[in-house]
Amino acid sequence: MSRTIKGRAHVYSRAHINTDEIIPARYLNTHDHAELAKHAMEDIDKEFLARVQPGDILVAGEDFGCGSSREHAVWALRGAGIAAVVGTSFARIFFRNSFNNGFLAVECVGAAAETTTGDEIEIDVDRGTFRNLTKGTSRDFVPLGEFVHELLDAGGLLPYIAKKNGTTYAPAGPQVDVKLTSLKG
Amino acid sequence: MSRPQTITEKILAAHCGRETTGVRPGQIVNAAIDLVVCHEITTPPAIKMMQRLGVTKVFDPDKLVVTPDHFVPNKDIQTAELTKELQRFVRDQGIKHYYELGEHGICHALIPEKGHILPGMTAVCADSHTTTLGAFGAFASGIGSTDLAAVLATGELWFRVPPTLRFNLNGKLPRGVFSKDLILYIISKIGVDGARYCAMEYHGDTIASLSMEARMTISNMAVEAGGKSGIFHADAVTDEYVRARTSVTYTPFCSDADAEYQSVMDIDVSSLEPIVALPSLPSNGRFIGEVGNVAIDQAYIGSCTNARIEDLREAAAIMKGRHIAKGVKAIVVPATTSIWKQALREGLFEIFTDAGCVVSTATCGACLGGSMGVLGKQEVCISTTNRNFTGRMGHPEALVYLASPATVAASAITGVITDPRPYMN
Repeated sequence: MSRTIKGRAHVYSRAHINTDEIIPARYLNTHDHAELAKHAMEDIDKEFLARVQPGDILVAGEDFGCGSSREHAVWALRGAGIAAVVGTSFARIFFRNSFNNGFLAVECVGAAAETTTGDEIEIDVDRGTFRNLTKGTSRDFVPLGEFVHELLDAGGLLPYIAKKNGTTYAPAGPQVDVKLTSLKG
Repeated sequence: MSRPQTITEKILAAHCGRETTGVRPGQIVNAAIDLVVCHEITTPPAIKMMQRLGVTKVFDPDKLVVTPDHFVPNKDIQTAELTKELQRFVRDQGIKHYYELGEHGICHALIPEKGHILPGMTAVCADSHTTTLGAFGAFASGIGSTDLAAVLATGELWFRVPPTLRFNLNGKLPRGVFSKDLILYIISKIGVDGARYCAMEYHGDTIASLSMEARMTISNMAVEAGGKSGIFHADAVTDEYVRARTSVTYTPFCSDADAEYQSVMDIDVSSLEPIVALPSLPSNGRFIGEVGNVAIDQAYIGSCTNARIEDLREAAAIMKGRHIAKGVKAIVVPATTSIWKQALREGLFEIFTDAGCVVSTATCGACLGGSMGVLGKQEVCISTTNRNFTGRMGHPEALVYLASPATVAASAITGVITDPRPYMN
């Protein structure tokens, strides 16, 4: 996998945007990603879903994703089309949930301050560089480390485990539902 | 000989085969997990993921403890389907530690009460308040559903060894000031990300006088400071609590005297007063005298933070012979079924209901805006829970104030946020 990602920015620079804001608990009665995506960020930005395009990148301030452990926060953002999140810093469970899903979360100080919603940005994971192509600025971040790169390359923790065990991680879909049904009774 | 280690480093080292070499903060280790706690919200997706991995049986069904807790009894059709998935999982996997509706409880309160957590263990649950179990000298941390799937399949999970923040608690808590006030004070001092990625470790002479219930409240809210865990050392109080519930033996761990800490904070708890965290961050703590005149619509006594028997007793002592203010809704939600029964036996429900409160079965309920007291637009609630984020308990324009059970009870009586001390006999 190429570890460079390019997309349009959505900036939320406020600190401590928490999982209750990313996906309110009233929607936790499902874990369907498409369903969750319909409510991503709705309590803090009702326009978010109307603006977001597949491949866009969310640029956030400090401590993004603090609060509950709900992986639904990562699923809702990804389901809405967000390809990666760049934050000044992340709460730890959101951070690990991201990589466990093969979803890129990069800690880069200063990115949010010098980015405007709509800017074209590029993240070079290997070099540890955040570039704002619209403004022509660039920031370095501490590279993620080999283990995290392996998780991203595998597509998440479970495909990574499958690869190590010499098996495969089955795609989600109707097949899984059939399997579940057969476990009934 | 390895470098001096903290209790957290020692527990992790012992669970990844590095007892002799030790581990260092920042290092990524794969640790064996002793206890896996499952509830109906985050477990069903993990079950599906485990199946996609081609794994049909969990690593060790006896290491799992399962209970529905978030939206029980089922609040709608979808949650009913989630609890059905949980039941099916329990049956398929032959899980013996399952607490069905009627024996259920909020998992973080239920696990200790049933003797499942022991000093020295590693424990995980796909729920952020898993830190509660650190009160027993265990490494306990919240994880996601993918993590849970990995643990169910392999019995192991990756962790970055956390640096540790040390808190020295000295002195005696004054009357009317509780462990909830103390942890709100700490979070307000260091901020909601003050312990991000870190273990919070407690020392000092205050601890011997704190019950396990009181310690659990402190460990519970570690995550509200961004912490990975909130850990106490096991002592005589811990041993007495554990021995009353299980005969399983355990090996406690203890930080070396010269272990390295990222920071050390000394707190004289005798100088504290009741604290209220104003909307919309748990770190917005103010001493009660600085809160001002805040009228409330609802008082909520519940959650994994503060709905254990001691908490209910404190609230009942204030409500006894009094009535809540006109126009206030007061809701009492014991954390587990056993606590519910204990409160019934002690006559606490009569006190609460005579005072005008309603009492619910154990559930996470309104703490996360699920059911049993969800807030409407611009409603104001004072709550014994752990988070007051925007939209946490319902409408995004509702306002949540966090406080101890005593402060919440006194506020229910007057209808405004109130210092509990004059109401304590």
